[in-house]
Amino acid sequence: MTAQPMDGGTVRRRPRYRLRRNLKEAAALAVGVLVLIWTLVPLYNMVAVALEKHGNVFSNDIWPKQPSLESFWIVFTQGYWYLADFWHQFGNSLYVGVATVVLTLLIGSLASFSISRMRIRHGWVLSNAALMTYVIPSSFLAIPFYRIMQNYGLTNNLWSVIAAEVTFATPYAIFIFQQYGVSIPRELDEAARIDGASPVQIYWRIYLPLMAPALVAVGTYALLLAWNEYLYQYLLLSSSRNMTVAVALAQFLNSDEAPWNYMMASAIIYAVPPVAIYYICRRRMTAGLTMGGVKG
Amino acid sequence: MPTPQALAAGSIAVSRPGPPRWRLPLPGSELAWAIAFVIPYAAVFLAFVVYPVAYGLSLARDPSLYVDLVSDPLYARTVINTLLFVALGVNVKMFLALLVSGFFMRRRWWIRALLVVYILPWALPSVPAFVSFHWMLIGEYGFLDSLLSALFGIEGPIWFNDRWLALGADVVSYIWKWLPFWTLVFLAGRMAIPREIYDAADVDGATGPRRFLHVVYPLLANMYLVCTLLSTLWTIGDFTTVSLVSGGAPARSSEVLATLGIHYAFDVGVPSLGVAAVLSALPVLIPVAAILMRRLQMREVQL
Repeated sequence: MTAQPMDGGTVRRRPRYRLRRNLKEAAALAVGVLVLIWTLVPLYNMVAVALEKHGNVFSNDIWPKQPSLESFWIVFTQGYWYLADFWHQFGNSLYVGVATVVLTLLIGSLASFSISRMRIRHGWVLSNAALMTYVIPSSFLAIPFYRIMQNYGLTNNLWSVIAAEVTFATPYAIFIFQQYGVSIPRELDEAARIDGASPVQIYWRIYLPLMAPALVAVGTYALLLAWNEYLYQYLLLSSSRNMTVAVALAQFLNSDEAPWNYMMASAIIYAVPPVAIYYICRRRMTAGLTMGGVKG
Repeated sequence: MPTPQALAAGSIAVSRPGPPRWRLPLPGSELAWAIAFVIPYAAVFLAFVVYPVAYGLSLARDPSLYVDLVSDPLYARTVINTLLFVALGVNVKMFLALLVSGFFMRRRWWIRALLVVYILPWALPSVPAFVSFHWMLIGEYGFLDSLLSALFGIEGPIWFNDRWLALGADVVSYIWKWLPFWTLVFLAGRMAIPREIYDAADVDGATGPRRFLHVVYPLLANMYLVCTLLSTLWTIGDFTTVSLVSGGAPARSSEVLATLGIHYAFDVGVPSLGVAAVLSALPVLIPVAAILMRRLQMREVQL
């Protein structure tokens, strides 16, 4: 398959060795091609359907005969009744995402500062509570959570969704902060305390700046969690103006005349921010995210 | 940054009481601050975890609910579906992830480039991903059947007209979405194995499958177990995949417990039955959660 680089030294190698090497390389290439196809087929399908012209959606094309960006334009201009609130819904998704990030970072860092730096008595109880929340699937709480929000009159309110996302994002934040915090010497806190710094100052001036990498990792995680989550948004948000894009997209599925090309175009637009953020923060995140980016 | 290795090895740290003899009691004003700092999280935990749990338990405390459940043929079918979905989805995914992570250990520029593409399903939000799967399998207009007829001239099946095909589609979509994530975890685990161990194994003649069996596998076994348990719990609660890919079609025969619970609570309108359906997974859930919490609390990295 692939040609081996033939520098002077390899010419003399025994042919059998080379054959084996080439076979190995060919096998690796075959695996690589398989992995690539497996990964790209659903993505290809998204793009192909989005490029289809309206009216050509129900065809057997493998690739649209006349690819056009029409459906992206329709989504951008909200030119279809189903998409009338698209950008508003996009704003809602963003609002939920940003609020989740801010609250998760704040609540998580305060709690882990108190537990692992100030060593509050019985702090381990909270750590274990967080661990339990992390381990239990969030969907198990969905029905009672909905009922409670209903009692408070908070259904169809973005803040009920934010509450749910924060609840399931903070446990991960607490683990990562506690673990990362181990690498920050406690002597720094002691020194600051002797100089008369109050706990708030230690938290704000010493703890938070030193935790910056962990904050970035957890913040990205929280944003992606809010962007990925579907069940709570689907249950709690019902009116078109208050929906997030995830809910609106899924609603398309159940409509009879499904404009699939518009749907895929909006799905692609919705997917751009997390993918972009992921690739921008990739280095930072792989470290932090490896153990928990999946709660869904 | 916590290294991926440390995280990957299941070393999520939970500060246990800690050696109390080191600790001076916090002076009064500091204690007040310390308490003030944990109040937000304690409030979130009480209001949004403890309260819903208690409320759910009180909703589903009537034993007759469980009699209703068991007598519903839909429930029995759903339990089988859930078992299959979790057993196949989790195990196939984890095993593939372990194998594929070995592939990505190779040092070739094109394999590195491939890794960047390979991560895409994980970065992609789940709703667009599963919607795409749904449309791909929708029937004769779907991409897969179009492809089958264009390439081989076969008329593909109508995937969501058959319980097992629909469930299979759910499992495959689920694996597609989450395989990259666990591959990264195992990749991090493999990277944490010191180079010298490989070299020593090489000298002793352990290469290829033997190296995997006698070197890599024993070193990663604990991590593999922890990850599998964690993934099992999350998968039992997975609502999105089944809800969007097959939607329970045909005729609610491919539902899993998470979607059935929501169906009972919101379509049928009996929340207590919905909670009962979900809670009936507790006998499996609690032991797994208990093992997992013990494992995750272990401070030492097993590598």
